[in-house]
Amino acid sequence: MIVRQEWDLNSRIKKASRHTNQNEGLIFEKSSPGKRAFELPPLDVPQVDPAKALGANHRSDGVAGFPEVSEIEVMRHFTRLSTWNYAIDLGMYPLGSCTMKYNPRVNEFVARLDGIATEHPYQPPELSQGCLKIQRLLEQCLLEITGMDAITLQPAAGAQGELTGLLLIRAYLQKHGNPRKKVLIPDSAHGTNPATAVIAGYEVENIKSESHGQIDVDKLRELVTADVAALMITNPSTLGIFENRIPEIAEILHAKGALLYMDGANMNALAGVTRPGDLGVDVMHLNLHKTFSTPHGGGGPGAGPVAMKKILEPFRPVPILVEKEGGRLALEPVRTDSIDRVKAFSGNFGVLVRALAYILAYGPGIRQATEDAVLNANYIRKHLEGAYDLPYSLPSMHEVVFSDARQKKNGVNTMDIAKRLIDYGFHPYTTAFPLIVPGALMIEPTESESKEECDLFIEAMRAIADEAATNPEIVKTAPHTTRVRRLDEVGAARKPILRWDPNRRSGTPEPAEREAKAAAREFPTPVVPSAD
Amino acid sequence: MLGAIGAKSIDELFFSIPEKYRLQDPLKLPGPYSEAEIIKYFTERAAENSPGYSGFRGAGVYNHLRSVVTDAIIQRGEFLTSYTPYQAEISQGTLQAIFEFQTLMCQLTGQEVANASMWDGSTATTEAVLMAERITGRQRVLVARSLHPEYRDVLRTYAKNSGLQVEEIAFGANGTLDQKALQSAIKNDVAAVVLQSPNFFGALEPVAQLADGVHAAGALLVLAVTEGVSLGLVKPAAEADIVALEGQSFGLPPSYGGPFVGVIASREKFVRQMPGRLAGQTTDSDGRRGFVLTLATREQHIRREKATSNICTNQALCALAATVHLTLLGKEGLREMAHQNLAKAQFALAELTKIPGVRRAFDAPFFNEFTLEFPRSVKIVNTELLREKIVGPLPLGTSYPELTKHALVCVTETKTRADIEKLATSLRHALEQPL
Repeated sequence: MIVRQEWDLNSRIKKASRHTNQNEGLIFEKSSPGKRAFELPPLDVPQVDPAKALGANHRSDGVAGFPEVSEIEVMRHFTRLSTWNYAIDLGMYPLGSCTMKYNPRVNEFVARLDGIATEHPYQPPELSQGCLKIQRLLEQCLLEITGMDAITLQPAAGAQGELTGLLLIRAYLQKHGNPRKKVLIPDSAHGTNPATAVIAGYEVENIKSESHGQIDVDKLRELVTADVAALMITNPSTLGIFENRIPEIAEILHAKGALLYMDGANMNALAGVTRPGDLGVDVMHLNLHKTFSTPHGGGGPGAGPVAMKKILEPFRPVPILVEKEGGRLALEPVRTDSIDRVKAFSGNFGVLVRALAYILAYGPGIRQATEDAVLNANYIRKHLEGAYDLPYSLPSMHEVVFSDARQKKNGVNTMDIAKRLIDYGFHPYTTAFPLIVPGALMIEPTESESKEECDLFIEAMRAIADEAATNPEIVKTAPHTTRVRRLDEVGAARKPILRWDPNRRSGTPEPAEREAKAAAREFPTPVVPSAD
Repeated sequence: MLGAIGAKSIDELFFSIPEKYRLQDPLKLPGPYSEAEIIKYFTERAAENSPGYSGFRGAGVYNHLRSVVTDAIIQRGEFLTSYTPYQAEISQGTLQAIFEFQTLMCQLTGQEVANASMWDGSTATTEAVLMAERITGRQRVLVARSLHPEYRDVLRTYAKNSGLQVEEIAFGANGTLDQKALQSAIKNDVAAVVLQSPNFFGALEPVAQLADGVHAAGALLVLAVTEGVSLGLVKPAAEADIVALEGQSFGLPPSYGGPFVGVIASREKFVRQMPGRLAGQTTDSDGRRGFVLTLATREQHIRREKATSNICTNQALCALAATVHLTLLGKEGLREMAHQNLAKAQFALAELTKIPGVRRAFDAPFFNEFTLEFPRSVKIVNTELLREKIVGPLPLGTSYPELTKHALVCVTETKTRADIEKLATSLRHALEQPL
């Protein structure tokens, strides 16, 4: 009741209101023998006795435990589950470093066309010219945007792009006599960078950021020895700050025979405004599921093309897209110096299609998308500076990083604020990253948000800052409006339950037990914040 | 908004980029195009591909019937436009669906835990090998030559710098792994033996028979499955320690090679060495059942250079499509689909081997793919078939130089009897052509 009051009386929550959603068990719990939702056309060839055809390998019965449900049950099941998710289609999704921009539906439409979705990667090139032309045009567009000389579209995601980039560097250095030992990585980098460096066979050496949050160039100069293969830099950094000494950084590396890798996760701050290739970057990946609007789909799929300077071109993964006489395109399977394949077939082609559709919609106007993204981030920064601590004050690009230092005094941390933001109708920002900011709030609005949506977000964040001062309990126990409350992650990891098992007692306690638990839980004291 | 920020122009927001590096001219990109023009561009490209052709190629990518329901569900914005479910309270839909996916994969493979997900079957197979390396502390890996050639390529790319020593084991006369060759290669320094079933030639490997020898050497048996539908009729290899599955056959279109969905399934005791995301069941503070991402201490965002893998973005929406597709098919539907594949492939084999000079190359049992030997080069045969608007069987000579007259035929439930008969007639004519 307390929560209900809180909700009804809190006029500051403008974007969201309560509504009923449907309960839904696991699909396996709804199953009843004999039901099915999909019919095949009748078999038009003679029946075969599978026991005879497959011998010892024959599975004599259907898959034990597999669901048996009707079509409407399938539809309702997944539709009900879907309503438990937040999504870009519902509102702003300001996850820093994730670039949650609008996913245009025309992209989905063209990726599903007959003649696009239906094509087999092993059909002959003369029947694949459409697919190859799409790849060719995307390659050309991405080269123009990055200012690079050559590209591969094969990597499946950003992390695989990183690996591809480091393998290119390794192959290049090896060709010149010594692959070297170390990769330098700033302490503000994404976790994928160090994880990738290890798979590429390198030791990781972390570089501490200087007091303004940028690469410490003097320190870098000391660290770049003949053992260093590359520096992996994210630009703008995960603080949303442009590394303005990047040309000098490139020179320091090049002078010692090392190369500069750029993590392109934050390319949404640069597209159309500046080009990594012009800044001295040797190789970089792009996240098509960030900058180029392909949907995240609850975690993937993405695509991580890698663009590079001429010196790395000979080492690209095969197959290589080439133009033959008469303009015919083909995939060349063998190259002497290639690092070989990183993935089977031709990359995540369906994702490449969507990214090209996005580029075609903007054309050179992609610059304005960048400008709007940076404008939105700075607008939010300006309006939240008074309410939240800004640990690094250099100009922001497409995202801004605050800390919870002020709210901490009342025992409220970044995760609490994030959870309370859910009650206000928003997806949380990225919490507790980058690691160099204790209690980070990393906010990336993207260009998709209108001033109105940004204003609602600002208002919500300010209201939560007020609550943290006047009624910290309501923030610390948030969210109050979701179908589940904070979940027991420690318990989940201690005794992992990773699949449904009909023999295991359900995880849902009996009603009586549930009530007892609920009663035992400490409820926040109701305090209605004063209206502005 | 600029006024509120206190900037005079939008350019001012970019002053931290040194001026000489700021682009003065617009990028040379095609567009801007309207929605109608974008659709026109891609429709024109689609027409330059293979519409109107009938294809008999599989080799890791399979054409299967898909219900329109799957696309209707995965295109719901709440699934399509959400991020990785780190904020569990507003991601229960995705999390529960992942939990259901993990369950379905365990049921299919007979394993105890399955992740959600890897990029595809090739990277799942590679990651399964790296996992076996961590579990056994050994670095020698024996890989069946009958494993998909591109999967072997990917494994070699990853192995090159990690100290892994990859050796290939030949295949025998019946198209399956040469057991004698395996026996002489396997020693107690082997981390994993990797094989695929049905293998690249379509043949079912005698996984159960091989397992004892592999385990006796203290090695793990890694089984790659590229054709998931086979599991509807082929016994899951309970003897395998790690299964690396390609889930494309579960409701995902061929899409010229991706996006698909890879899965690693294994024993519960190995879960902490597994790469990739896992959803686990737990309770909220009111005691209600809910789901969270769990065992994240294996992952790169927590462990950085000590993580089990660098994977971050995975193939979540593809995993959802597979979950919906398998739920639609259900227990009986999957079995029937598998049965139709088997029946149609058997029918095709019978029809094609009636043609003079066409021979079944390997006699091991198969599911929906089999290898034929022609009396002449496959390339010449396929050129003739293309005239009949048929994309003929996959020539094996590129990957196996000793098999230039061999071709891999794939027949799924999408092929009608008439399609198969037309292939047989056209092949007969092609072989009757003077050279």
